[in-house]
Amino acid sequence: MMLSFNEVVNAIESLHAQDLNTWIRDGWVLPSGNTKNYQFSEIDVARIQLISELFYECDFDAEAMPVVLNLLDQIYGLRRQLNTLTRAIEVQPTEIRIKISQALTESGRQSPQT
Amino acid sequence: MRTGVSLKKITLIYTPVTSQPRNGSRKFRSPMTYYKDPEKRLRYDQGEIDASGQENPERSFYRAYADTGDGAKYARYEDFADFMDKGDVFADLFRHAGEGQRSHIKMQGANTSYTLQIELLDAANGAKKRITMPDGNVLDVTIPEGVRDRQTIRLKGKGQPGYGGGSPGDAYIEIHIKPHGFYRRKDNNIHITLPITLSEAVLGGKIDVPTIKGKVSMTVPKGSNTGTTLRLKGRGILDAKTKQSGDQYVELQVVLPEEADQTLEDFVSKWAPANSYNPREKLKAL
Repeated sequence: MMLSFNEVVNAIESLHAQDLNTWIRDGWVLPSGNTKNYQFSEIDVARIQLISELFYECDFDAEAMPVVLNLLDQIYGLRRQLNTLTRAIEVQPTEIRIKISQALTESGRQSPQT
Repeated sequence: MRTGVSLKKITLIYTPVTSQPRNGSRKFRSPMTYYKDPEKRLRYDQGEIDASGQENPERSFYRAYADTGDGAKYARYEDFADFMDKGDVFADLFRHAGEGQRSHIKMQGANTSYTLQIELLDAANGAKKRITMPDGNVLDVTIPEGVRDRQTIRLKGKGQPGYGGGSPGDAYIEIHIKPHGFYRRKDNNIHITLPITLSEAVLGGKIDVPTIKGKVSMTVPKGSNTGTTLRLKGRGILDAKTKQSGDQYVELQVVLPEEADQTLEDFVSKWAPANSYNPREKLKAL
């Protein structure tokens, strides 16, 4: 379900329309459509919600936010690729999967205990 | 940024919608709250209830979406393209995922700082200098007239490039001025010790004096001595703020010929001062 700009601003209590425009301009949020008629998908809305909480409640400012978002997007990029890799491993012969599992256990032992 | 951001808030970023508790696994929890009841604790960890046990409104955690197909537009891979050796399976994994990616977060590039050693005359008169940076890029620096030692020049937009279309950072150049052979700088004034001959000291006369802007002619008064200081007004360094130039102070130093001079010896041995004088008058200890 796609939401319009006004629907998003209304749906998220703390959000100011001015701020959302800035976030779109700075590339923090990537809605489809054009500047006159933005369309926000569910992930866009979830992301705006997250940014709102970080911005209004946790006081991450315009300078810190790109760093946070960039790291976040890197983590999710990594997760996606790890999922891809996991699915690729799942269809490998048992022998190979055991070897991979052993390698992971081994590297777990070597890492320092916290 | 406030430092007292609660861990609870931070969990907003990274809390899964569904997670299976594993026996013995350490769950992330706020240091302020500890639910002994495992069921409650799990619900707290998942953001369903707050520290006081109140139900939180159902929220759509970002992570639930980030892992879906839609999440691809925000996910970043290009930073991992060099994760392992090129040609490695992992490198391929990230390289191919990153194809067609656009960097969407705009970040200003980092500021860089350098030090630049310059000659006093370049500082006094202004100059253009070229710095070659470690990455091979060159930076043209305009040294303003009258720059002070340890002054920092800011070159807007000459730092590290921005990220995802963000503006580049700034380059900061700290100026170090090398000491000069005979000019000494005190604020905007220039001090120099000028050697003169015995006859110039006794008889006076016009002599050429080097200044930071070139030679000027100066009159040495009759009977000048070592230590006599003359001022050349406005021959110092231009003050960028007041637009007034400092002065040059010329301290005279009487210098005898380097090689023994027979005529001088003969003359002085016959010379008896009209008024006898004791230059050590003030040093009573002698």
